[in-house]
Amino acid sequence: MSVAAGSKYLESLLQGRPRMPSSPLGWLNELRAEAVDRLGALKLPTTRDEEWRFTDISPLANLSLQPARAGSSSLQASDIAYLHLDEAAIRLVFVDGSFAPHLSLLPGPTENSQGAMIGNLPIVLSRQGESVEKHLAKQVEFRNNLFAALNTAFLHDGALVVARRNTAIENPVHLLFITTQAETANHPRCLVIAEQGSAITVVEDYVALQEGVCVTNAVTEIFLADNSEVNHVRVQRDSAEAFHIANCAVSVGRSSRYRTTSVAMGGRISRYDLNVLLAAEGAECAVDGLALIGGRQLADTHTCIDHARANGTSRQLHKCIVDGAAHAVFNGKIVVRPNAQRTDSSQSSRNLLLNPRARVDTKPQLEIFADDVKCAHGATVGQLDHEELFYLKSRGLAEATARNLLTYAFGAEIIERIRIASLKHRLEEMVLEQTRKN
Amino acid sequence: MIYHDSKVLLEVRGLRATVNGIEILKGIDLTVRSGEVHAIMGTNGSGKSTLAKVLAGHDAYEVTGGSVLFQGSNLLDLAPEERARAGVFLAFQYPIEIPGVANSHFLRLAYNTLQAQRGEEELDPLEFEDFVREKMKLLEMNPDFLDRGVNEGFSGGEKKRNEILQMALLEPRLAILDETDSGLDIDALRIVTKGVNQLASQDNAIVLVTHYQRMLNYIEPDFVHVMRAGRIIKTGGKELALDLEMRGYDWVGVEHRAAVEA
Repeated sequence: MSVAAGSKYLESLLQGRPRMPSSPLGWLNELRAEAVDRLGALKLPTTRDEEWRFTDISPLANLSLQPARAGSSSLQASDIAYLHLDEAAIRLVFVDGSFAPHLSLLPGPTENSQGAMIGNLPIVLSRQGESVEKHLAKQVEFRNNLFAALNTAFLHDGALVVARRNTAIENPVHLLFITTQAETANHPRCLVIAEQGSAITVVEDYVALQEGVCVTNAVTEIFLADNSEVNHVRVQRDSAEAFHIANCAVSVGRSSRYRTTSVAMGGRISRYDLNVLLAAEGAECAVDGLALIGGRQLADTHTCIDHARANGTSRQLHKCIVDGAAHAVFNGKIVVRPNAQRTDSSQSSRNLLLNPRARVDTKPQLEIFADDVKCAHGATVGQLDHEELFYLKSRGLAEATARNLLTYAFGAEIIERIRIASLKHRLEEMVLEQTRKN
Repeated sequence: MIYHDSKVLLEVRGLRATVNGIEILKGIDLTVRSGEVHAIMGTNGSGKSTLAKVLAGHDAYEVTGGSVLFQGSNLLDLAPEERARAGVFLAFQYPIEIPGVANSHFLRLAYNTLQAQRGEEELDPLEFEDFVREKMKLLEMNPDFLDRGVNEGFSGGEKKRNEILQMALLEPRLAILDETDSGLDIDALRIVTKGVNQLASQDNAIVLVTHYQRMLNYIEPDFVHVMRAGRIIKTGGKELALDLEMRGYDWVGVEHRAAVEA
């Protein structure tokens, strides 16, 4: 059941394309045109593709969707105040894919000239096109990835975050993507550039304020120059009917450190592809993930950590909590290239099944081409521990309370790694809420 | 302490229980009244820890015969959480570590569950913090233990103190202490037993399950029972524990067999 790119889904999306404003920048128009070109050659993946064997996205092909209408939302700042992060001094809000300046908290001119350059892509491009051109669409493989190509074809608004050379930006930057229109597709885009010696924390936050079917197709690219540090938190709480597809590509420079925590709770079908390239010596990454799903949800996480140079370190912990008849997929590839001697890598996949109908497919994948390396990996699938349940019940806690608490505890190990107190607290509440609901 | 005319809290009659089809308890009789301290002693495998878990309602054990009345009601009809709310408490031999659940959160949940049961006021996190810190002083516990995961990385002695802290918070009618002395150094033993003694009153009862006599130097039992092969084969006063310490357990078995055969 291979579906050609000329399917209803893509046709309906591409029909909307003429409405895209053309950019004054020639290279950007060319980039979009190339992406449209690639769309003609790429096919919607099917379960016969190894990378998609557990995730059947054929329902997507039959959707008749439109690009979201820009500027038609009546959202007020007060409507989304509850989504704000206390610690964030800068917030970029995108509603149905379009930048919403009235909902955003933008940096003052001094901040933008000194430590950081943060704003909506078209605006920054008009002023500082060249520095962005070097990075935009350079890390993500849009030529071989239908969803990344589609996103690039629609490339317009997006979050641009640049941490300037030798600057540590203390407060997290909050990138908030909100959907308000059902039956639409939107294509969030983020580009994060950490210049040499800089440090920054970025929170990518996807929220649905509507209950209907909708497609989010996000692309994020993150570049870490030498001696830099990026903390990247990704939270996906799309609507229960949503398709959430996301590609994130990261390049880590010499002696730089990339840390990420992703939490996926929403979406009927969600797929997150994270590719981290440890591009230079002594690069380091810590990749943590939590998928918390129930009902008939499917959450698929594919990660690839590519050790390209020597003395790299990677550490990964991925957890899935699966209730109802939900299905979680984790595919964690670790590549150690011939040059990447003295790589130190560990990966752990831990899974909790709360229902006999719940399912998880976990697959660690190691491809090691160097001989002097340390690579540890492991996967476990289990249920709530009987003795722990008895212990809690013996103190008077009801069965359901005891189960919730233990489920929560399983997920908390990931959430505790987020260093933003208000976000950590909110996610803890959300996990408790979700486990109660389940 | 034996009080005149005190009420029967626990009445166990002919209790039999199996685990994986193997009979471990083969007819236990035990009566515990308010205010009393009972010690249940015996070698490993005699069934004393099984008795403790059966009373707390662990579902790995199947009760195949006999009855257990707690304050006049059938205890065996109750789920573990209902037994706890009715006033039965088991201090675990091996307290469970639960990383990810803050000890303070767990203690407050348990405390408030019992408060609600008793129709008394529940405490919010701040009020509870003050309350639990007072109780911790009794056990010379560092308040840092509130912020850690439940028993996570606690030493053996710290875990046992945390058990008795729970006992102090929940104020059970019947506390069953399963090998609470195991893994304790002499200082920890002194602190833990001091805590237990302060919690003992005319209105509650304590059943100590122990292999050794040494805890009984600190908590004086009114009755000492010796278990062997799933039965209580001898009951005496506190001097029985001293006899066991000096002479071991074998003679009780010999005496018992002689009595049965006679």
